[in-house]
Amino acid sequence: MIDASLRQLSQALAAKQVSSVELTRLFLDRIERLNPALNAFVTVDAEKSLNSARAADARIAGGTAGPLTGIPIAQKDIFCAKGWRTTCGSRMLANFVAPYDATVICKMHADAGMVSLGKTNMDEFAMGSSNETSFFGPVRNPWDGERVPGGSSGGSAAAVAARLAPAATGTDTGGSIRQPAALCNLTGLKPTYGVVSRYGMIAFASSLDQGGPMAKGAEDCALLLNAMAGFDERDSTSLNRPAEDYARDLTRPLSGLRIGLPREFFGEGCAAGVMTAVRAALAEYEKLGATMVEVSLPNSHLSVPAYYVIAPAEASSNLSRFDGVRYGYRAPEYGSLDDMYKKSRAQGFGDEVKRRILIGTYVLSHGYYDAYYLQAQRIRRLIADDFVEAFKACDVIMGPTSPSTAFKLGEKAADPVQMYLSDIYTIAVNLAGLPGMSIPCGFADGLPVGLQLIGNYFAEARLLNVAHRYQQATDWHQRRPAGVE
Amino acid sequence: MSLTLEQVQGIAHLARIEISESEAVTTQGHLNGIFRLIEQMQAVDTRGVEPMAHAQDLSQRLRDDTVTEEDRRAAFQAVAPETEAGLYLVPKVIE
Repeated sequence: MIDASLRQLSQALAAKQVSSVELTRLFLDRIERLNPALNAFVTVDAEKSLNSARAADARIAGGTAGPLTGIPIAQKDIFCAKGWRTTCGSRMLANFVAPYDATVICKMHADAGMVSLGKTNMDEFAMGSSNETSFFGPVRNPWDGERVPGGSSGGSAAAVAARLAPAATGTDTGGSIRQPAALCNLTGLKPTYGVVSRYGMIAFASSLDQGGPMAKGAEDCALLLNAMAGFDERDSTSLNRPAEDYARDLTRPLSGLRIGLPREFFGEGCAAGVMTAVRAALAEYEKLGATMVEVSLPNSHLSVPAYYVIAPAEASSNLSRFDGVRYGYRAPEYGSLDDMYKKSRAQGFGDEVKRRILIGTYVLSHGYYDAYYLQAQRIRRLIADDFVEAFKACDVIMGPTSPSTAFKLGEKAADPVQMYLSDIYTIAVNLAGLPGMSIPCGFADGLPVGLQLIGNYFAEARLLNVAHRYQQATDWHQRRPAGVE
Repeated sequence: MSLTLEQVQGIAHLARIEISESEAVTTQGHLNGIFRLIEQMQAVDTRGVEPMAHAQDLSQRLRDDTVTEEDRRAAFQAVAPETEAGLYLVPKVIE
């Protein structure tokens, strides 16, 4: 049951082979047993989960169940969920109980009838690539407890990899769904910017943030995206497009598929073991009928520098709301109002968050705006235009998700720039606003390797199709780490 | 480009984050490392390139100027550090 796909769980629930309460208990028991070593969940509320499960069982009995009704899911602790502590991995929100539901949560709970198992650990305010910046301590990778699960959705990734949940939500600003999916052997999807509502999803960099599913396989991600996506009045950048079934093309044959290989993603800087697994996956795609085309993303090397101007600029603005007045942490002792702001923010934020606020404050300040912020936005345009050009020659772009497999805890923690470079293949996708996925494609020295799939705008169904066909021909995505029985 | 210690302290003040002398020194090292990375941008000639603020170049949606939210002051103030009579309490700013 713990390895079952969402479709299999849905069928078992519909056939009354298992109830939602039983399924929820199964995963809650696993969380209780395995989470202390992994630290994947920061909040679990068994009674709340079981109440949702009972409601789901009633819907199933009453014949009003949808395809995901009664299925448990882990929620990244960036999504506000009414009555649940919602921390965003920060001391600033360590005691914040959300007074409302994010749209994603509302869609999953009220509409789809899914059961939240709890809130998963994450890098503080989603700023990090290793989960080490969380106020609640690092998450450990179920494949090797000495290694990081990736970030920022590291708790969600570890939870699904260790089978503490059948699936999870994540968010991706510069790779935060795809990179942890790669490092933990999962399938993760970052949709086109604007497809999934950001309402109630705590903001980091608003022009880049996008929520998406993390699960074992592409079919699971398609079903989850069906539940998560859709126009939302409450998000000013939500796109008003007709609803689509993201699972509609899953089994479409791949013959004639043109896969673009950006030469910049196949040069130096990628670990040999990662490249070997990626090449083997491309050979498998050729067997499935795809052809390879060389393409170029000549400005992709500028994506990390541009991102570290744009994302901190937006973050410094977004995080100015944490002032110790309306919600969140307030320092116990202070003098003036200004002193209260300064002490509350100094004590409430961790080092990485403070660094990014300072970078953002500087690049937006008088006299530096043109040299940094405007220049970064111009480079963002060049990067997006590179993709437009590349997609004239191919249907999907592929390459490694991350330049290395999971690294050791502490290995990059002292050097922010080294940490930033672990997102070198993922960031350009966010800057352009394109959909991207990571799918398991093998192992290097016993650690999972992710293959990145990048699609054109709104090509989620096609990406899921391309991922699913590969997963029908291979079983990498079904592998589970030892020691999580 | 290299930030001085005074600049680091000035930015921290603008961001309303208290920073000690020793923190400022560590932060200065980290920020200068990050700005060395960022400086790669300066080698690119972007004259004539339209800045891209957003992935979807759409104008902001407008809606009718009518009340759409209900009053949830009590629920929202329940999570505030300090309130009284429906007001947020902060240190006195006007003598």
